[in-house]
Amino acid sequence: MKTASLLTKECKTISYVSGPLIFVQSAKGVSFGEIARITLPNGDERTGQVLDISKDLAVVQVFEGTSGIDNKETRVRFTGEPPRVDVSIDMLGRTFNGVGKPRDGGPDVIQETSLDINGMPINPYARDKPADFIQTGMSAIDALNTLVRGQKLPIFSGSGLPANKLAAQIARQAKVLGEGENFAVVFVAMGITYKEASFFKRDFERTGALERVVFFMNLADDPTIERIATPRCALTVAEYLAFTHNLHVLVILTDMINYCEALREISTAREEVPGRRGYPGYMYTDLATIYERAGRIKGKKGSITQIPILTMPDDDITHPVPDLTGYITEGQIVLSRDLYRRGADPPIDVLPCLSRLMNLGIGRGKTREDHRGVADQLYASYAYGRDLRRLVAIVGEEALTELDKKYLKFADEFEKKFITQGDENRSLERTLEIGWELMSMLPEEELKRINRDYFKKYHPAYKKG
Amino acid sequence: MISGVISRISGPVVLSDRMKGSRMYDVVKVGAEELNGEIIRLDGNLAVVQVYEDTSGLKIGEKVVSTETPLSVELGPGLLSSIYDGIQRPLPVLFKKSGSFISRGISVPGLDKEKKWEFVATAKKGDRVSGGDILGTVKEYYIEHKIMVPPQISGTIKEIRSGAFMVEEPVCFLEDNTPITMMQKWPVRRGRPYTTKQDPRVLLVTGQRVFDSIFPVTKGGTAMIPGGFGTGKTVAEQTLAKWSDTQIVVYIGCGERGNEMTDVLTEFPELLDPRTKLPLIQRTILIANTSNMPVAAREASIYTGITMAEYYRDMGYDVALMADSTSRWGEALREVSGRLEEMPGEEGYPAYLATRLAAFYERAGRVACLGSDGRIGSITIVGAVSPPGGDFSEPITQNTLRITGTFWALDTSLAYRRHFPSVNWIKSYSLYLDSIQDSFVSSGLVDWKEMRDRTMYLLQKEVELQEIVQLVGPDALPESEKAILEVTRMIREDFLQQSAYHEVDSFCPLDKQYWMLKVILTFYDRTSEAMNRGVALSKILKLPLKTEIGRMKELKDVNSIKNLIDVINKNIATLEVES
Repeated sequence: MKTASLLTKECKTISYVSGPLIFVQSAKGVSFGEIARITLPNGDERTGQVLDISKDLAVVQVFEGTSGIDNKETRVRFTGEPPRVDVSIDMLGRTFNGVGKPRDGGPDVIQETSLDINGMPINPYARDKPADFIQTGMSAIDALNTLVRGQKLPIFSGSGLPANKLAAQIARQAKVLGEGENFAVVFVAMGITYKEASFFKRDFERTGALERVVFFMNLADDPTIERIATPRCALTVAEYLAFTHNLHVLVILTDMINYCEALREISTAREEVPGRRGYPGYMYTDLATIYERAGRIKGKKGSITQIPILTMPDDDITHPVPDLTGYITEGQIVLSRDLYRRGADPPIDVLPCLSRLMNLGIGRGKTREDHRGVADQLYASYAYGRDLRRLVAIVGEEALTELDKKYLKFADEFEKKFITQGDENRSLERTLEIGWELMSMLPEEELKRINRDYFKKYHPAYKKG
Repeated sequence: MISGVISRISGPVVLSDRMKGSRMYDVVKVGAEELNGEIIRLDGNLAVVQVYEDTSGLKIGEKVVSTETPLSVELGPGLLSSIYDGIQRPLPVLFKKSGSFISRGISVPGLDKEKKWEFVATAKKGDRVSGGDILGTVKEYYIEHKIMVPPQISGTIKEIRSGAFMVEEPVCFLEDNTPITMMQKWPVRRGRPYTTKQDPRVLLVTGQRVFDSIFPVTKGGTAMIPGGFGTGKTVAEQTLAKWSDTQIVVYIGCGERGNEMTDVLTEFPELLDPRTKLPLIQRTILIANTSNMPVAAREASIYTGITMAEYYRDMGYDVALMADSTSRWGEALREVSGRLEEMPGEEGYPAYLATRLAAFYERAGRVACLGSDGRIGSITIVGAVSPPGGDFSEPITQNTLRITGTFWALDTSLAYRRHFPSVNWIKSYSLYLDSIQDSFVSSGLVDWKEMRDRTMYLLQKEVELQEIVQLVGPDALPESEKAILEVTRMIREDFLQQSAYHEVDSFCPLDKQYWMLKVILTFYDRTSEAMNRGVALSKILKLPLKTEIGRMKELKDVNSIKNLIDVINKNIATLEVES
């Protein structure tokens, strides 16, 4: 690599420009994936990355866009280096652009080291089992879809739904934050508006967490292609903070749909065979290289927990982006427009929600012995109650049996008392207590999912007596 | 030695010039870092290579050297309890060499070459042996690892010795001085030979009620589990890997989550096989090529796994192979095909997708192994499929459907209401129902088939009745049909549902399954009879029987379930008609 950088030379041989791509002719000694510096006729400098090389043609994607690039004067210099980001513990409290350059007017960060943003896959053998319960203070998450340290749990939202509020509340209340100085938040904005970004900033400021946050900002009016690099830069910093400085890092990525749009744009420009809805066939692999950079490593104290936010186009959970995300992440939190209209806050629709690592973080010695049973029972009963709502719409409530009427009532109360909590930071004890209160609306023999032994201890009917 | 130079790089695909004379599927070393790759197309002087590692940093003009051997795995003692990546590199060794993250260009052998194994010869000097004959055994945990003559080799034994050997040391010489070691190499893309294929007729007992009793699969059969995300494919695959009554399990994590593999790695050493009471890990081989590991190695991982499975099958063992998920394998195929600029078939998948899938699943089966003792071995393949958007009409699901014998359709709406395993009983099917009847009969469960058919009839009836209820409400149904709804609810909640995490319920022995179903059907029969006498349904439902039936799954003792039948008979028979 060293010799390559000595040999770098500039060429003025751009032969073809299309969308975000430039094709450079007779470029010698170029390596796959390396960074190119592009100097425009007016002196502007841009950065690109090599996507494809053959004997005398190199295809380069330009992060800042190709407007102003000509095929006569523009010079391209190949650096021989993979894309890197300078990292340092001093990045906490600072704001950077999509490729890791300061955008808060402050000085450059004095680098402790410089790392390849693509990282390397974690050896599955080196991974440590995520097992530490994170109390988020949200009933729908803590009781039913528990988050554990090292997990990647996305929020599937729809346009206009309060996903940001939920993410900020989780970041604020999560017990990770409660453990003093060894936490950090890496906040990654991809193509969101200034207003959304400043909402997060204000919220962190209000809670005094600002100096523990690293911001990566690629806003809606910033170059699209830069978004390809943004989450990778941010996760490289997160890995550095977690595994070198032993911090528990929470990474919030928003909005993944914008990232995928950028991916699609490049794919189209390269004239690749499109997959579903024009997204490239390798999108699964590409997303995996982002999401899989969460977890814990044996022998290291730190951890990376990811909460990606994505807006489902047209609330469609089968759209390729939420679909592929769901296949990679360890569960999902889904927001529902119906519940939002019914006034639930947060409007989490628990039925399609899931946390795959829940069992690792709950139960005796971790949360409470009855946790699993309560969660299963609330799910089963609420699902049945929701089914009845559809039936009632057709045949009317009078046609229901007494038992079914109880279920219907249960479903309503569940949404009002359990899901809805506003800004309250609920302890797990309180959450489970509400759960038992709700279940006591139903006859005991209907509660099949819970071990009998726990009734005496937790069921309100027994507790009073 | 054939050596060429790189002339184009596009993601995991590299073109190499001056490669005339190379063979398809030979392994090549690419670039200064000697990344592993495999030749997948030849075109004049050009060879197209898929590289098993990240290609960043490669340059035009770097050299490509052919090893002139196809992609092979090392087979011998030491496979069990190992965890490999897609091209049989042991992950613990990679961890030692490169730390927590996998770096590039590391070559490590699949088997530990230093470790000594105690070889006990069973053949003797002067024996005439040919491919597949057993020379001796090695104790690999509790498994008798049989050292076989490699296929295509035959002769008379000149010398054979027992003792402690490393895998590459010869333990036997033939008359023509051919040495035979405990280790064999086999190219992964070619199935290992056997004498004849046989019809699979033995039930694979998985301890899961919906699988064994309703949609069974045979030893040597094939099954597929398609389902959208969150429907429990991985949990189902892991449950099967834990409780299947085969001697060997190969688990392939193909393009899935890293944390899931960690889960298997930490859980299996602690779990005991319910039959042998020994740690499950001692019969398991794990292959982990997670979603962020290189895509070409993901394509290879399936073949690496099945070749290891065939090796143990050849010893006469029953092997279960779990592939999670074959969709990710298909996507790897699509990605490489796209880079080759091949004409795409359906949804961008290459036109040869169906052929490749069929070739893979056909490596399952029950066979008479090579060798003169006529031993029988089998491989059962259970492939998970992840259809985009949970839509079963996509190419991988459809092509797999055509070649597998059992179809376990996982259902998102069942998963939402936490009905697990979320196998949809209306859509799923098994083509092995007739061939395994003997398995049940020989276990003394004579009328299993009849009971299963009745159960399916009731469940089908429920679907029809539910449609009516949706239109006119439950009150409009006659009493006899309300009784059916009560019973099918029992079947669903108290029989089909099974917790993978419950102490007792996670593994349900075959006779317990049988008696549980018998109890529910007896309840239905007695109820129908009583209603014919004029007893009201509500009166029957007031009996404490429902709760009793609901707690059956938590009982360990089969006799207490059997007793329940008498209780039901007595209780319902004594109900009097109200005047």
